[in-house]
Amino acid sequence: MSEPVILLHDLTKEFPADPPVQALSAVNLRVEKADYMAIVGPSGSGKSTLLNTLGLLDRPTSGSYRLDGLETVSMKDNARTTIRGSRIGFVFQSFHLLPHRSVLENVMLAEVYGAARRGGRRERAMRALERVRLSHRVDFLPGRLSGGERQRAAIARALMGEPSLLLCDEPTGNLDSKNTDAVLDLFDELRAQGMTIVVITHENEVSDRAMRRVRITDGVLTEE
Amino acid sequence: MHPRDLLNEAVAGLLARPVRSALTTLGTVLGITTLVVTLGVAATAGNQIVGRFDELVATSVTIEVPKHAFPLVDWADVGRVTRLRGVASAAALAEAEQSANLSVRSNDIVDPTRVVDQTLTVLASDPGLPAAVKGRMIEGRYFDAGHVARGDKVVVLGQHAARLLGITRLDRAPAVFIGTQAYTVIGVLGDLKREKSLAGAVLLPPAVGKRYGLSTVTRVLVNTGLGAAGLIAEQAPVALSPGNEALLQVISPPSPTRARDAVEGDVNALFLILGLVSLVVGAVGIANVTLVTVMERIAEIGLRRALGAARRHIAAQFLLESTLTGMTGGVIGASGGILVIVAVCAAKQWTPVLDVQLAAMAPVAGALVGLLAGLYPALRAARMEPVTALR
Repeated sequence: MSEPVILLHDLTKEFPADPPVQALSAVNLRVEKADYMAIVGPSGSGKSTLLNTLGLLDRPTSGSYRLDGLETVSMKDNARTTIRGSRIGFVFQSFHLLPHRSVLENVMLAEVYGAARRGGRRERAMRALERVRLSHRVDFLPGRLSGGERQRAAIARALMGEPSLLLCDEPTGNLDSKNTDAVLDLFDELRAQGMTIVVITHENEVSDRAMRRVRITDGVLTEE
Repeated sequence: MHPRDLLNEAVAGLLARPVRSALTTLGTVLGITTLVVTLGVAATAGNQIVGRFDELVATSVTIEVPKHAFPLVDWADVGRVTRLRGVASAAALAEAEQSANLSVRSNDIVDPTRVVDQTLTVLASDPGLPAAVKGRMIEGRYFDAGHVARGDKVVVLGQHAARLLGITRLDRAPAVFIGTQAYTVIGVLGDLKREKSLAGAVLLPPAVGKRYGLSTVTRVLVNTGLGAAGLIAEQAPVALSPGNEALLQVISPPSPTRARDAVEGDVNALFLILGLVSLVVGAVGIANVTLVTVMERIAEIGLRRALGAARRHIAAQFLLESTLTGMTGGVIGASGGILVIVAVCAAKQWTPVLDVQLAAMAPVAGALVGLLAGLYPALRAARMEPVTALR
């Protein structure tokens, strides 16, 4: 059996306070390739901390986090940055598109910091936009797109460079039900193509569509 | 990260807020303009003043002949100086203490109601004097080689001397008396450009001057072509008195470059400080705006970190943005400065003197200002934690 995409072992994150706050306490989690998992929980439960740790944006206090079999906790900052850029695609609640750049440029931005060749970047971005069915909005500025289109552009950006993991933080939090459905349909498609997706959400509609659901309460993880 | 990607991102970052970028550039534009105008106008003005000196001082060489056991320079020796390449004109002059204050009058009538005696300086010169002092004959003519050879008792008056003696017309061949001797006035010399004191003197041919102790040459006036003064100052003594050239004193014009440097130094010191102050103000402006921009773009920084940008990539982008801002200011400032210099020159009828290096250095200076100004904001941006930036 191949390496799991995510393997957490006794992952703990403490924030310095008196007494120290345990945002994550000894979390164990295994996410296989092509898994579609939702992480649910009330606010303040440690959801964001878990997402930041999974996204290599934050370091755990102790424990082990293997991404594609690579131990990331002991890695230096630069190595973590490289892995973050090449193996993880982020989808944010607020899209985080650069307002003054066209959709295509926003998608192409994903490859600026990587090792990929500059040649063919435009074509790869066009393919990513095709996957999210946004080819007709290539030259639009994000401000002229609907919320759902913006999120699809952001997903296209996350898909650039073929990441091992799509990490989504409340991806439908700013969308109406129609656009939410469209984005969730897209996730189903991507999972069917073999993409590993982890979605953090507090919406039942989103978590119901996922294959697995994990609940986090006060830093403790329970699979449902 | 490919350098072209870095450039693209920086340029896009600047163009995203064009008005702000333009206003930020303004400080550097003003600073660089002031610097370029200061240096350019100083160079132009410096050149201009030297240009005025050139006409007279830079072409005038005077050789003083001291008293010696034998005459160091004979009247005929001046001809050897005239033949030197670069000499426009030359003339020998004899002065003596005993002839410096001679009583001269224009008639022999004793008139108790008028002062007719004038105390004037009497000098002897060779026929080349009018050309050598760059004067002109207001009346009559100067004596020539014939007058000299025959020992004719003729005299030429300086402009002021003629007025003092009341001689205004020569058609009746007026005479002047030096002591008891009468001389025919054949000309009045005026409009002297150098040796202006000769306008108040009475000028005699050498043969006649001997009577008043004016037998030996005491001074030789030489006019050279532009730029030849230095060379002639070395050659003329040898030509005049071979073997005794070290005994002659040469008065040559000061080196033109020194005059230029002195002018530039004066003007520059003041305005350079002004320009540098504006440049510092410009730098503070860039630093401020870049810092505000960094704070505004926290989310963008977070996104870039999430997309795999290392701290150095973030720092490089903001540094490049501020450097480009400064460089743009430098280019515009240099262009504006050059335009101002040309305008000043057009108004003053000067020849603009532009240092090409200066024009090339201005954008570099601007870029440097931008780079320095961007250091702190870029560090702030780079130090930001991605988690904080994305929140």
